[in-house]
Amino acid sequence: MLISRRNTVAWAMGTVAAMFAVTGALAQDGPIRIGSITTLEGPFATGGQDAYRAMEMAFEAIDYTIGGRQIEWIRESSNATPDVALARARKLIEQDEVDIIIGPLSGAEGIALRDYSRTLEGKTIVNGSSGAADTTLRDPSPNFFRFNTEGTQWMAGLGTYAYEEMGSRHVALVAADYAFPYAQVFGFMHEYCELGGAVTKLWSPLNTTDFSSIIAQFPSDVDAVVLIQGGTDALAFLTQYAEVGGDLPIIGGSITADQTLLSARGPHQSLMEGMVAAGPIADLNEDPNWQDFVARYRERWGSEGFDSPSIHAVNYYTNTIAVIQALEEVGGDLSDNQAAFQAALAAAEFTAPTGANVALDHNRQAISDIFLTRIVNDGGTMRTEAFGRTPNVSQTLGMDQDAFMALGSPSRDNPDCPPAR
Amino acid sequence: MIMMTSRQWLATAAGVVILLSLPLFLPNFWLVNIFGRAMVYGVVALSLTFLAHYGGFVSLAQTMVAGVAGYAVAMMAPTAIPLGPLAMPYFAAIPLALLAATVAGAIVGMIAVNTREIYLLMITLALAVGLSLFAQSNITWFRGYEGIRNIIGPEVMGLPFRTPLVFYYVALGVAVSMFLLVLYVVRTPFGLVLQAIRDSDRRAAAIGYYVGLHRIASFALAGFIAGWGGVLITFYNIGITPSSIGLWATVAVLIMAVIGGLGHPLGAFIGALIYTVMDTFASSIIGHDRFNTLIGLVFLAIVLLSPDGVWGLGKRLSTALGKRPQVNADRETSL
Amino acid sequence: MGFAGRAEEENVSLQFILTVTLNGLTLASLYFIVASGFSLIFGLMRTVNMAHGSLYMVGAYVGFAVYDPLYASDVWASHAWLIGIAAGILAAALVGLFMQVALLGWMQGQELRQALVTIGLSIIIADQLLALFGGNPFRFFTPELLFGPTELPVIGRYPIFRLFQVVLAVAVGIGLWLLLNKTKLGIVVRAGVDDRQMLAACGVNVPLVAATVFALGAGLAGLGGVIGATAQPMALGVDARFLLMSLVVVIVGGMGSIGGTALGALLIGLAEQWGQVLFPTYSVILTFVIMATVLAVWPQGLLGRKPT
Repeated sequence: MLISRRNTVAWAMGTVAAMFAVTGALAQDGPIRIGSITTLEGPFATGGQDAYRAMEMAFEAIDYTIGGRQIEWIRESSNATPDVALARARKLIEQDEVDIIIGPLSGAEGIALRDYSRTLEGKTIVNGSSGAADTTLRDPSPNFFRFNTEGTQWMAGLGTYAYEEMGSRHVALVAADYAFPYAQVFGFMHEYCELGGAVTKLWSPLNTTDFSSIIAQFPSDVDAVVLIQGGTDALAFLTQYAEVGGDLPIIGGSITADQTLLSARGPHQSLMEGMVAAGPIADLNEDPNWQDFVARYRERWGSEGFDSPSIHAVNYYTNTIAVIQALEEVGGDLSDNQAAFQAALAAAEFTAPTGANVALDHNRQAISDIFLTRIVNDGGTMRTEAFGRTPNVSQTLGMDQDAFMALGSPSRDNPDCPPAR
Repeated sequence: MIMMTSRQWLATAAGVVILLSLPLFLPNFWLVNIFGRAMVYGVVALSLTFLAHYGGFVSLAQTMVAGVAGYAVAMMAPTAIPLGPLAMPYFAAIPLALLAATVAGAIVGMIAVNTREIYLLMITLALAVGLSLFAQSNITWFRGYEGIRNIIGPEVMGLPFRTPLVFYYVALGVAVSMFLLVLYVVRTPFGLVLQAIRDSDRRAAAIGYYVGLHRIASFALAGFIAGWGGVLITFYNIGITPSSIGLWATVAVLIMAVIGGLGHPLGAFIGALIYTVMDTFASSIIGHDRFNTLIGLVFLAIVLLSPDGVWGLGKRLSTALGKRPQVNADRETSL
Repeated sequence: MGFAGRAEEENVSLQFILTVTLNGLTLASLYFIVASGFSLIFGLMRTVNMAHGSLYMVGAYVGFAVYDPLYASDVWASHAWLIGIAAGILAAALVGLFMQVALLGWMQGQELRQALVTIGLSIIIADQLLALFGGNPFRFFTPELLFGPTELPVIGRYPIFRLFQVVLAVAVGIGLWLLLNKTKLGIVVRAGVDDRQMLAACGVNVPLVAATVFALGAGLAGLGGVIGATAQPMALGVDARFLLMSLVVVIVGGMGSIGGTALGALLIGLAEQWGQVLFPTYSVILTFVIMATVLAVWPQGLLGRKPT
């Protein structure tokens, strides 16, 4: 026991010494240290890789220099769980001594980092791509900024379009049973129910891939299907719906028409073409900002990247350029607990690569434009196309915060507008 | 009294003194996020090692039981967001959470009382994943996928729990207490019967011991130990979510216990420390993408080459180097 | 429960009940194909293969890597799916064979250690599949012959491929029954369950039998992988799902019994589909509740043998 204990301690001390050596070499006053967290492991890895492609473009554009100070970028990866994201954030702040963290990717991680940011002084966390509403809506942290819009905002305009343009009056809603879809469903139903539409909700457990018994429950009088699922599950649903000969029009959520769904071959394609949705990006968008961004993305990444930048790329890019612009405005000055920098962030107003205008509300949450999109067959490739835009959508959907909060938080049962019996 | 040789007392005391003085020469990051984190997860791994070594059960439900305590303290925490209906001060919430974990441990014991070894591994794994899925589905109590946040822990002597020294010394105090508790229990009559049952339950039953009761009690005790870990992990993570008790978290604790060595309670902490260091720094060295392959290979190498883990490796090395062999012939936990 | 309950009330009809039940049956078929391999390996060798879900994924990924270019070519397109199945089975069987021969064979009898080895392997395999094939989900395109709905009495339109899954599962079940009951290998395997040492003493090449059975069990996981990835999209993370499903199915049905595996798969498949209809929120838990209940009443599983 004695020997082993001594060995352990000796070994630990050796490691400590080695780490100090590394830290010492890195710790200079010169560079601005920016850490980032995304997901490079497991099922979300492709989104995380794309996020870092976009960040790299943003830093390359300024040649990793702001106000004469070098940018030192330290990348970390989590596995999309809050505990790991938090461990990575602690390492970045406390070991690597970064000034700013950009990240994370998924919703529950964002809430964990929001809580952590509250305990920090003179450090700033700027969101990557996470889209949980509560991160900024309830109990926000003064050190957490989010320049991308979130799940509820993303559905702006879709309920109205379904009711007024598609003439829909009763939809079957197929959604995964967790917080992000609750927010999306809330955003859709807020408009659709207000106008008088009826919704039959069919929740499926997270990661359901067999929807056959859910399809069997569609009421006979529904005139459209609202599908709030990620691409993989949406592909499963659409294939199974096609296999039983289903033919109702499909209305999607903001992450339904992702690369998985669009690039997959198969019988779902006939159902998918024409699917309308709403969200912060579309593959085909006339806006010159977007055209320029896509051109630069393709030129920089070629076949290594996606055909068109993903939602994660756009969100990370938007948040990164917010950081860069604010740093440029204060000339790289992070003194005084980053007071000037945080003030510049809070006041930032700029155009996202999608062409959307971005500004922050009092909770440091983005107010931005949301696009209506539809899936089109673009010369043999399925793509999403923007055909409408709702400008300056706020997190409280244009209401003041108290009125919005009075609606209650999104859940399985809220909001609710069942068909008349 | 804890019965140890004077040599062991000396070693333990020396170890504790070193750990107590670490804050003098370690930066906060190492204190909290390497040693502190290793100790709180090590306590959960310790409960697994205790069951495996002295009871003969490799239970994968220990992370789940720790999660019961974590969720319990989160539901009752006065700082929770959103605040639960059971909110109460931490000094009341923590004991109740430990009680919940002890009961949960006993329930796992009851379910698993008639099964051993490989069946137990499968059943406890299924139970662990079952609770994680339940927590993910239940909004009313468990707050679903996003979990219960802002569980910052109590103030200790007027300082927030996250203060590096507070967290480190609390974690150290709990880890050492639980370590000594295990060493103590296994030398009590209860602990001796437990080991007799492990070696031959029929013989123990023939002598007249209640085999089932002893097993359930050992699971309850392991639940109590894991509960301490669960409470501290929840404070460390500022909250708890279903992923904190999910499949990967469960496997991670198993990896810690096995890498360190199931043959001695100290192995749990050695394993937790190795895992924490690898988890924190491996990605800077080999890149993020292949961390799982690395940890998988290390785990596999340990299981293949030194089934009693780093602890056993160290012991064999010290023996081979001509040092005095261990007097205390601890039974090796055979894998 | 909200609307799901209401929607269900509207639809309660014989047609609805039969449809959901048939959905459960077809899902159970997929579960049976995968879990039977797990049960077979356990039955002979007492090895709990915690990498069984990984073998399922290996089958699907390798099968798809072979299938995809063939499907795109004009000449081979019509056979692509069958070749994909063969590739998937072969790949999983080879990985399984390697596991048994290189790692598990020489620690025969150390059940816990074997389980830990397979846990380590499953972590590595999942990460290597991500490295080799990327994280994009994919699915096989149902072959022409098996695509689309067919008319069933009462139920109406029903996907042909789901019915094919049932046929395949029955074929696998019959095949395994014949193998175990009518062949020399089967006699040896069944004898091995009872007394491995005696078997070795009788001059049977136990390592060879073990390797054969492991490859067969792994191959069934690979077959399940391709079938599963035709019925539903394949993504990283399904290894854990199918491992857990296999565990629960064999715990419920009884270890090492083909009939028990079939019964367990049927129960779990039906529970999943009916659970989704009756209480969608907690349907994922239902399978675990069934498992705990079965364990409390029949610790050996429904058709498991009492330990001797």
